[in-house]
Order: sequence, then C-alpha cells, then structure tokens
Amino acid sequence: MGALISSFIAGLIFGVGLLVSGMANPAKVLGFLDLAGAWDPSLALVMGGAICVASVAFAFIIRRGRTLSGAPLQLPTATQIDRRLVVGSLMFGVGWGLAGFCPGPAIVAVGLMQTKAVIFTLAMLAGMAIFEWLDARRAAAIRGR
Amino acid sequence: MTIDWVSFTPWAALSGGLLIGSAAAVFLLFNGRIAGISGVIGGLLKPSAGGIGWRIAFAAGLLAAPLLYRASVGMPDIRIDAGTPLLIAAGLIVGIGTRYGSGCTSGHGVCGLSRLSTRSMVAVPVFMMAGFATVYVVRHLLPLSGA
Repeated sequence: MGALISSFIAGLIFGVGLLVSGMANPAKVLGFLDLAGAWDPSLALVMGGAICVASVAFAFIIRRGRTLSGAPLQLPTATQIDRRLVVGSLMFGVGWGLAGFCPGPAIVAVGLMQTKAVIFTLAMLAGMAIFEWLDARRAAAIRGR
Repeated sequence: MTIDWVSFTPWAALSGGLLIGSAAAVFLLFNGRIAGISGVIGGLLKPSAGGIGWRIAFAAGLLAAPLLYRASVGMPDIRIDAGTPLLIAAGLIVGIGTRYGSGCTSGHGVCGLSRLSTRSMVAVPVFMMAGFATVYVVRHLLPLSGA
C-alpha cells in the first residue's frame, strides 16, 4: 500500500512540476527546441533545477543501497552504449520535435481532457505496444537460432 | 540566435524543475525506482515488467496533477499546434523510440544525468540534437510548417 501511495504522490508532484515549469505546453517546448528562431531558453532551467534536487537524492540512496524502508533498489544495470540506445533516442528526439510532446507532458495534458493530447498519447501507447511486439519477435528469433 | 525574452520564464521553469526533481527523489527514496515516464507507462504494456499497481498509481498522479493545478493556480497554458496526422506520427515515433532507447526526458534526462549514467550522457545529447534538428527542418526548411 505504501508503495502505491508514494508512487501516486511522486506522479502528482511530477505532473504539477511539468505544469508549473511550462514543459507541459508543447508551444513552449517547441520554442525551446527552435534554436534558429526566437529561442526561449526556459526549459534548460527545468532540467537544471530537476537535476539539482534529484542528484542529491541519487547520491544519498546509491550510497545507502536500499530505499528508506529498506527495500532493494530497482535501478537500471545496463552500461553498454549500443545501437538501440542511439537509434531509439534519435527517434524520440524527432518525435519530440514534431509535436512538442514527450511522454510525461502528454499524459498530464490528457488529464485536462485535451483532445489533441489524447490522440498523441494513444499513438504513443500504440508505438510502445509495437516495440514490445517487435522486441518479443526479436527475442524469439534469437532463441530459435 | 535571438533570445525570446518575452517568453522566457526563468522562475517558473526553475521552480517547476525543482518540483520535478523532488518527485524523482520521492520515487527513488520510497520506491527505489527511476521516475522515467516512458518506462513506467511502457511497462504496463509488457506482461513481465514486475507489478502494475505502482505504475497505475504513478499515472493516476500525473493525470490528477492538472486538476490540482487548476483548482489552486488556474487553467494552465497549453497550446498544441500540430494537426492530427502529425500528432499520430509523432506519438508513434516517441512511443517506439523511448522504449527502444530505454528512456525519455525524465528517465535519461532528469534521473540518468543525476545518477551519472554513461548511457544517459549519450542518450540526452542525441535526443536533444534530434529535437533541435527536427524543429529546424519543420520550421525553417519546409514550406508546409504548421501542417
């Protein structure tokens, strides 16, 4: 139960942060990504502010090696720079630049019943499902080899 | 490059950023996990991803955030210029890309850089550059911008 409550609170604070910062507004995101136009540097400060707080939490918890309640950490273990990382990030950047939405802000805007955000989010979920399908096929092909 | 001083909102951006960082800290301290939205949400579509309750709770928090914001601050300013075909294309690419690349602005950007992950230090410049390049092409090279 505790994990569900902290999860909900983290999502809530995260979403309010996206709204306060302007990151949930695609027009503002595109203003940041438009270096050649009238550039709005605001979103660099969003990332900077977030990292200021999060880096302290990570330094503390990694040294501690477990959560506050003593449960094991579930942090990513991959370290390899592979083609999947680079190609996937490249794709994400292109999609981000096309509409001005990344996953968090899209879901927050769905909470406002924005029709366009619902369309984007449904397409994004379909994209994630396509990935799972392709990934399962790839894994099966590797096993069958 | 010209800076759009009228649109520049440093204090809102910084305070929003501090909130996002605090949310990532809460999730890390209590759940021991990375607050990466594409991973949290994408895991709902993967049968073997280790529990769905906390994923749904996190998504519910994100969905509830605008209600809290609207009740306390007012209607947030959200402008979406892209039309339906572009939104569908962008959504599909973001969905596939974030899962393929194991993260987005939150997982790689906020959390990955905060924990000095080498993979994130590669992923963030790659998606930032791709975003800059895409907006440049759409806004300054293509005549059909706004489609």
